[in-house]
Amino acid sequence: MNFLDYFKSKKTNTANVAKERLQIIVAHERGQRDQPDYLPQLQQELLAVIRKYVEISDDMVQFEVDRNDSCSVLELNVTLPEK
Amino acid sequence: MARIIVVTSGKGGVGKTTTSASISTGLAKRGHKTVVIDFDVGLRNLDLIMNCERRVVYDFVNVIQGEASLNQALIKDKRVETLFILPASQTREKEALTKEGVEKIINELSETFDYIVCDSPAGIEHGALMALYYADEAIVVTNPEVSSVRDSDRILGILQSKSRRAEMGQDPVKEHLLLTRYNPDRVERGEMLSVNDVEEILAIPLLGVIPESQVVLNASNQGLPVILEDQSDAGQAYDDAVARLLGEDREHRFMTAQKKGFFSRMFKGS
Repeated sequence: MNFLDYFKSKKTNTANVAKERLQIIVAHERGQRDQPDYLPQLQQELLAVIRKYVEISDDMVQFEVDRNDSCSVLELNVTLPEK
Repeated sequence: MARIIVVTSGKGGVGKTTTSASISTGLAKRGHKTVVIDFDVGLRNLDLIMNCERRVVYDFVNVIQGEASLNQALIKDKRVETLFILPASQTREKEALTKEGVEKIINELSETFDYIVCDSPAGIEHGALMALYYADEAIVVTNPEVSSVRDSDRILGILQSKSRRAEMGQDPVKEHLLLTRYNPDRVERGEMLSVNDVEEILAIPLLGVIPESQVVLNASNQGLPVILEDQSDAGQAYDDAVARLLGEDREHRFMTAQKKGFFSRMFKGS
């Protein structure tokens, strides 16, 4: 850093913010891209089954597929509403 | 057999047509018989960038539908001997481009041309899919800016799953990153993603970096592919990219900020 930089206003480095945001969103979207085609429908149908018994909104359900070398794990997390 | 290269990006306005014009001109200038096809049905602009807009008689869709022969539709470039342009239709529906129709034309062009450059429309709809479907290689044009980088990553996913090579289980489409509108000064100030940042996120080999330059607009104003401005930074950067595309090893240029004098440094950015 040269000494002139010292006098510049300390602005946030927005390029770094951009990079971090991109790394997160791109990783997330790549994960979805590799999912099997039937997944969205499976998700909808599972939701429908759960809704037969409890009232839940979409944001109360987390649906994730973790891929390892040998197998994939479907993880379904449902937050049940308080009674 | 021709090498089929798609110039694509997902996002609009990043420089696909500018790049298609310059890359095809550069290939032809090196003696390779090259045709550049505009896939942007309804919004054709390659003709304008290549200064042949008044010579368009028949277009891509006319040929697909058998209303004209390829030879009738191909426009011979006036500056570079071995360069031809196949314009898009301005009036038809995008769906006029069928897989079978495009394949027939690409096969026919493959017999006589060394390079087929496909200028993709923006988006990920039908026209963009048709432009990339038959590609052997892809030049992914990206600006150092969040929405462009994200869209480029999306288009890479599509290349890896929806191209003919992917569907047939052949070797994947060879991907190249071309970073355009790059401003080293702003990168240095932490205002713009750097080449390394974008390379790290997209994780594909870098074909070139085109600096943000007034020459680009001046060239397009006149219908001159910017690569022909061979004294300019952007023109030379495109020439380097073409050389690398042909396997030459060239060092990257125009990636660092110009050294400024004392006074401009003291007074800049105030």
